[in-house]
Amino acid sequence: MNILELQNLKKYFATQKAVDDISFNIAQGDIFGLLGPNGAGKTTLLRMITGIFYPDSGEVVFNGRKFDPINDTAYIGYMPEERGLYKKMKIGEQAVYLAQLKGLSKAEAMTKIKAWFVKFEMESWWNKKVEDLSKGMSQKLQFVTTVLHEPKLIILDEPFSGLDPVNANLIKDEIFKLAQNGSTIIFSTHRMEQVEEICNHIVLVNKGKKILDGTVKQVKQDFKENMYRIGASIAAEDIQHPAFEVIKHNPEELLLKLSAGTKTNDVLQYFISKNITVNTFSEVLPSLNEIFIKLVEGTKTARQFQEI
Amino acid sequence: MNKIWLIIKREYITRVRNKTFLLSTFLLPIVIVLFIAGSIFLSVKSEESRKRIAFSDTSEFFKPLVKNDSSKIVFVFDAGADTLNYTKKGFDGFVYQDDSASHHFILRTPKAASMGTTSSIENRLNEAYQNYQLERSGISKTYLDSLKKASSSYFSVDNKGDDAKIVNAGLNYAVGFGSGILIYITMFVFGAMVMRGVMEEKTNRIAEVMVSSVKPFQLMLGKILGIGAVGLTQLLLWIILMSVLSVAATAFLPSDIMSQVQQIQNNPAMASNNTAQLSESAKMIANVSNLNWPMIIGCFIFYFVGGFLFYSSLFAAVGSVVNEDPQEAQSLMLPIMMPIIFGFIILSSNLNSPDNDAMFWGSIIPFTSPIVMMGRISTSPPFWQLALSMVSLIGGFLFTTWMAGKIYRTGILMYGKKASWKEMMKWTFRK
Repeated sequence: MNILELQNLKKYFATQKAVDDISFNIAQGDIFGLLGPNGAGKTTLLRMITGIFYPDSGEVVFNGRKFDPINDTAYIGYMPEERGLYKKMKIGEQAVYLAQLKGLSKAEAMTKIKAWFVKFEMESWWNKKVEDLSKGMSQKLQFVTTVLHEPKLIILDEPFSGLDPVNANLIKDEIFKLAQNGSTIIFSTHRMEQVEEICNHIVLVNKGKKILDGTVKQVKQDFKENMYRIGASIAAEDIQHPAFEVIKHNPEELLLKLSAGTKTNDVLQYFISKNITVNTFSEVLPSLNEIFIKLVEGTKTARQFQEI
Repeated sequence: MNKIWLIIKREYITRVRNKTFLLSTFLLPIVIVLFIAGSIFLSVKSEESRKRIAFSDTSEFFKPLVKNDSSKIVFVFDAGADTLNYTKKGFDGFVYQDDSASHHFILRTPKAASMGTTSSIENRLNEAYQNYQLERSGISKTYLDSLKKASSSYFSVDNKGDDAKIVNAGLNYAVGFGSGILIYITMFVFGAMVMRGVMEEKTNRIAEVMVSSVKPFQLMLGKILGIGAVGLTQLLLWIILMSVLSVAATAFLPSDIMSQVQQIQNNPAMASNNTAQLSESAKMIANVSNLNWPMIIGCFIFYFVGGFLFYSSLFAAVGSVVNEDPQEAQSLMLPIMMPIIFGFIILSSNLNSPDNDAMFWGSIIPFTSPIVMMGRISTSPPFWQLALSMVSLIGGFLFTTWMAGKIYRTGILMYGKKASWKEMMKWTFRK
């Protein structure tokens, strides 16, 4: 079942088509990556999903029904990229306040916050003020307040910025756990290695348009260039065959690009016939980073202002 | 609705618990009372203690004329005193005739004498000379004094309203000006508080977190109402503290004044008939209690709330479009502050004629009505004018809140640049 369906969403600002006819679906339990260069329209898209902006046209369908910002925000947890907390407020009170705004009762909020604080070893923070926290600490607090009300849809915009690897892993594990428990997670970033590690479904937007949509596996398959890595100690000059091209030659390793129609076994056969010992042989799939750069490159990096 | 309530509660509690709030609420009335008491005390105490002045009256002209009364200067006609020994003889000063000019005296003192001392010596000498001249032409001083006293307070004028109560123009002036100025100050203080609150939300980057849970309009309204409640709390506490302190102050008044006040209150006609028998302070207190206080306080609260709602949403809109730079806020605040200041100017320049055109229009148009109407309230303006002013203020704040909400909604999520007036207009009239 799709928890979220975006249908031909459009949002134009005075000088930009921030989101220009984007549609995609997100299935329940997915960890979904929304990718794109700076200024691609990711934040605008997320703001429409969270009900902060109304789309100029198109529709957001949440949980099978037309999205109703007033009631449905209780089922959404949004951690925006521009995030912060009331500096002068005590941490415990702040968490309770934000949870109450999401519709939790005070008692409910207290028990849940205490459980999370124990999990993240934050119990001693309760009476501290936000201004006393380090950036990483307030980031953890922000994450707790985002997921506290057990939202069906959790939207995290650059959740790991400012976190050290240990704390980043802590949050990452929690994200996986939340997904296992049935929450859907939208993850917006331009850090591709994180996406590769966490997401199973991605959409790439650029200049307000969707340019890629699929599972991480599928996308990699779609963009593979028949590259193989073969582990064997050989001199480069010796290797030549119409079926493939040597892209790179390291002492113990060759990077080959197979020409269209060539089967992997043909390559192996060639090496065997030359009596070269093959230690390893594996397909090289492009990283999301490479795909990203390939797709976004060539378009102007800075988005231009346009008349509409 | 429940969410607005949560926001109001947070805004209210965080501010009321703040030390500055507690200090300003409880210290300000005390400081004011101390200030008044202190200035009275100082004005009484400012004259130095009695001074003994040696007078060298060689011509024996002044000795029969200058009489020592209750004043601070005591003349002692000591023929043996001179400029060298007067301090040894225990005098504070020595007065002698200047040889070069017979109308000129010199006061010798160890340290420079105060202006009060010299002028009072001068007055005493001149008075003595005047009495001398009068008696020479056959007019006794006591006769002249009684004549002067009788003619200065023989006729008196009081102003009565149709309800036969005495109207005290001076008091009306003071109450109107006082409450107008109080509204003027509170509007700035609490309006700026709303603006700073909005700016804080924006610079702390919590605005977007908040608007993913509540509508921007709810956030804005919650803040305005919360801070308005803080302002109202503070004003009410001030009113209570002030009345407690003034009751305490009346306990220190002489009892005969209080009994006179009671007489006037029991029989208002007395106030004009037996003017001479009643002291000015008793009349003043009677007049203060003659004013329609429930009406004045009720209107004050209404105009405070109305004016606050009218302007605070505009302040919130300004707070939402500026960034970290406080100077940006200042330049945008100016157009909002202008009408408030203008209202104050109307009030202060027309307070003597509370029913003229400027005051009338100023008290109807919601931009200035909270300040100007409060200036007129103690002179009981016609009921229809009051009603019109209130209705237009309510309509006014509904309009400004609606408009500010539109600007706020967009402004609160904009980072990086200040919005221009043109852009804000566009946001206002966008759906």
